[in-house]
Amino acid sequence: MIGLYHSQPTVLHRLPAGLKLSALLLAAVAFLSVSDWRIVTAAIAFAILAYLCLGWHCMRRLVMLRPLLPLFAVLGALQLWFSGFDAAALTIGRLLLMILLADLVTMSTSMQQIMDALEPLFSPMKRLGLRTERFTFSVSLVIRLVPSLLESWRRREEAWRARTGRRPSLVLIRPFLADVLRNGEHIAEALDARGFAPSGSGEGDG
Amino acid sequence: MPAVPSTNKDLVYISLAAAFIAVLGLIPRIDVPIAAGVPVTAQTLGVMLAGLVLGARNGALAVLLFLFVVAIGMPFLAGGRGGPGVFLGPTGGFLAGWVVGAFVTGWLASIIKWKNRFFAGLLASVIGGIPVIYAFGIPWLSFAGQIMLDKAALAAAVFIPGDILKAFAAAFAYASLPRDIGIRQP
Repeated sequence: MIGLYHSQPTVLHRLPAGLKLSALLLAAVAFLSVSDWRIVTAAIAFAILAYLCLGWHCMRRLVMLRPLLPLFAVLGALQLWFSGFDAAALTIGRLLLMILLADLVTMSTSMQQIMDALEPLFSPMKRLGLRTERFTFSVSLVIRLVPSLLESWRRREEAWRARTGRRPSLVLIRPFLADVLRNGEHIAEALDARGFAPSGSGEGDG
Repeated sequence: MPAVPSTNKDLVYISLAAAFIAVLGLIPRIDVPIAAGVPVTAQTLGVMLAGLVLGARNGALAVLLFLFVVAIGMPFLAGGRGGPGVFLGPTGGFLAGWVVGAFVTGWLASIIKWKNRFFAGLLASVIGGIPVIYAFGIPWLSFAGQIMLDKAALAAAVFIPGDILKAFAAAFAYASLPRDIGIRQP
């Protein structure tokens, strides 16, 4: 299972994660106040140019926008119908631009870098007595669990196909959920056995 | 009740629920008969179940954890999307609504004292999983998509039949959980 991070280094990879995230936030606010669709379109052209300059492997990421197309079509049609072309172009353009810019950050910043950049935001939680390493552990646990749950779904799905010859239906959720919850018992026991301490119970980490 | 995930068991079940929601977004489309042609994600089903099975607090924490993992770049939203951009996109409000939706679903399930767990789960999922989530999603869709509130509501209404179906599936799964697994709500 790989993330959306692109390990092939580009210029953007060298910038600090905090800078990239703040710039993204700033751009989001700034372009909300732009009301001319031509400026937004120009910015989109620049963003796509940036993808192109970073290399063809970055350009290929743009196919990931495909799931959004139906939504854009509906929004654009509604806008076009009720408010005219300018408004439609502005709205769709703005959304597209933000998605393009955000993906530049996602692509060039590893999850560890983002977690580190967000660390200062966690410090108030720490002062409240929360143990942030438990949170970080949960994040890696989720990422680790997804492929194994996916595998367990596949097994359920295959069995279903073999029995019925039909596509999987929502009925399959029930046994799948039971599988998932059974896993939980074992993982929790394994953590206890390795001395991964519940918060508030003092020393001893795994 | 403590304010932090208190035991390893809590932590594991919260992580499992977050991973469960991710898997529901990754599996190829499940047959949802009513909503032909409309992109339907099974992920709200995971949100409802997180609330039902884990309760209000842990269910909401599970959704938060899931959204955090998405925000740092894992492609766990339906269609393989992820990264901070998804919250700025037109459907960002629905994502925020999931947290409150899981909380309300779990809270309702804990106060509805019906004998029949299926109907209790169904009522909790329908209320927590539909109006609560839409109450966040529609205003944001109207703001981000620059369309009037009623038009945004109209656009979102297409998904209601699928959501009702998912509430049925969530209640069915919840009511028929074997007694020996999972953590019961008090």
